[in-house]
Amino acid sequence: MVRILGNFDVAEEVVQDSLVAALEKWPEQGIPDNPGAWLMTTARRRAIDLVRRDRRYGEKLALLERSTLPGDPSEADDRLRLIFTCCHPALAQEAQVALTLRAVAGFTTPEIAAAFLVSEATMAQRIVRAKRKIVAAHIPYRVPQGEEVAERLDAVLAVLYLMFNEGYLSRGASAGMRRDLAEDSLWLGRLLDRLMPGQPEVLGLVALMQLNLARSAARFDEAGEIVLLADQDRSLWNRDAIAEGTRVLERAALLHGPGPYQLQAAIAAVHAEARTWGDTDWSQIVLLYDALLRLSDSPVVRLNRAVALSHVAGPEAALGEVNDLAMTLGEYHLLHSTRAELLDQLGEKEQARQARLRALELCQNPAERALLERKLKN
Amino acid sequence: MKYVLLFVGTREDQDRWDQMTPEQVEGSMGGASQWFEKYSRAGKIAGGEQLQGYKTVTTVRSDNGATVVTDGPFIESKEVIGGFAVVTVNDYDEALEMAKTWPAGPVEIWPAVER
Repeated sequence: MVRILGNFDVAEEVVQDSLVAALEKWPEQGIPDNPGAWLMTTARRRAIDLVRRDRRYGEKLALLERSTLPGDPSEADDRLRLIFTCCHPALAQEAQVALTLRAVAGFTTPEIAAAFLVSEATMAQRIVRAKRKIVAAHIPYRVPQGEEVAERLDAVLAVLYLMFNEGYLSRGASAGMRRDLAEDSLWLGRLLDRLMPGQPEVLGLVALMQLNLARSAARFDEAGEIVLLADQDRSLWNRDAIAEGTRVLERAALLHGPGPYQLQAAIAAVHAEARTWGDTDWSQIVLLYDALLRLSDSPVVRLNRAVALSHVAGPEAALGEVNDLAMTLGEYHLLHSTRAELLDQLGEKEQARQARLRALELCQNPAERALLERKLKN
Repeated sequence: MKYVLLFVGTREDQDRWDQMTPEQVEGSMGGASQWFEKYSRAGKIAGGEQLQGYKTVTTVRSDNGATVVTDGPFIESKEVIGGFAVVTVNDYDEALEMAKTWPAGPVEIWPAVER
């Protein structure tokens, strides 16, 4: 802790704070099963509070991750049990997310509430209800074994990816006020990989998060508005992070267990490797989407594939595919904004405007809304 | 740990069931009987019954001290309980696994109060 924060006073204060918190809480809540892990989680949380406004938040978080990694195998097991219990399928996914942030990543309830734009009371109730269900239904505190592993791990990865997207999409305008969910999701992904090594999809998700985060400096302009991939200043991309993400993806590939996260990471890697928007290898991306569809066919993946296809086969072919998805994705704002882009390219300005208006009606995310409004004005 | 698994369905499911010939019922029940046999042999089943249809149900309740007997289930809904099993297992995940392998429709897992 001292080495990471590089400042003995701060480090000591952090540990002190955790001890004070422990002394206040344990008499009311009882001593946790693993006081060491609890202290470390609390200390980590305090340390993050102190470094969070720092520009080098991500790097410090990565260091902190290494230091809080349990040395003793029984503590590692304890962490893993905690993660799997928080992400138990008997709990609603929103509760899984909240519990994981609370118990594993050390978020406070107000921080989780702010991250998901709900009131503190709602979030507190969600967490209490989930904890009560764990106790009353005797949801076990254990690591799944054998055949269960794949399915249960999928649930954990889904929680991490949902958290990541929530953080990643909402950087920019309101990001200053919110804990960085995206960085914390990456931290959790790496932790999971250390605790449960050799899982290709865990590595795939870590790579996917790293490759996306590597581009984050270019994703918002100074006014906090989204800059689309085509318009991003690629010199702002973090080349070291891209190289690291690519290395992680290669490690995943060596395990010979292909999966949706690895394929999405591969798509992100193709984008990251292109020096300019014009250099993007779209036919490679279409092929990767085809592979992704074979593993997990979903209308959202089809929509993304259609966007890639528009660069290979033209907007008309892509629009046909997008229109075919209108039945299933009619309530999804990105279907309408994608249609708008393609209609623009085909010179159908009025139809494009209608599609964009529909997208705006359906879109909740402030940064994405701002982008749509900007396009409607032009 | 003790849980009650409720085997649920819709009234329409039940009505379709009532229309079936005994042979058809026999055929559809095969999977369910095997499920009960398998878990009884493993010592997981503490009890359970298949229930007659919702049209056979009577509700008895007290209204200002007077006992009122009415025809029909107390819970008015489109969903009905077709049967139940009381299971004794080592942990929740085992009950979840049993519910997942039930071959005849949705299952609700109700944890029992420990005494």
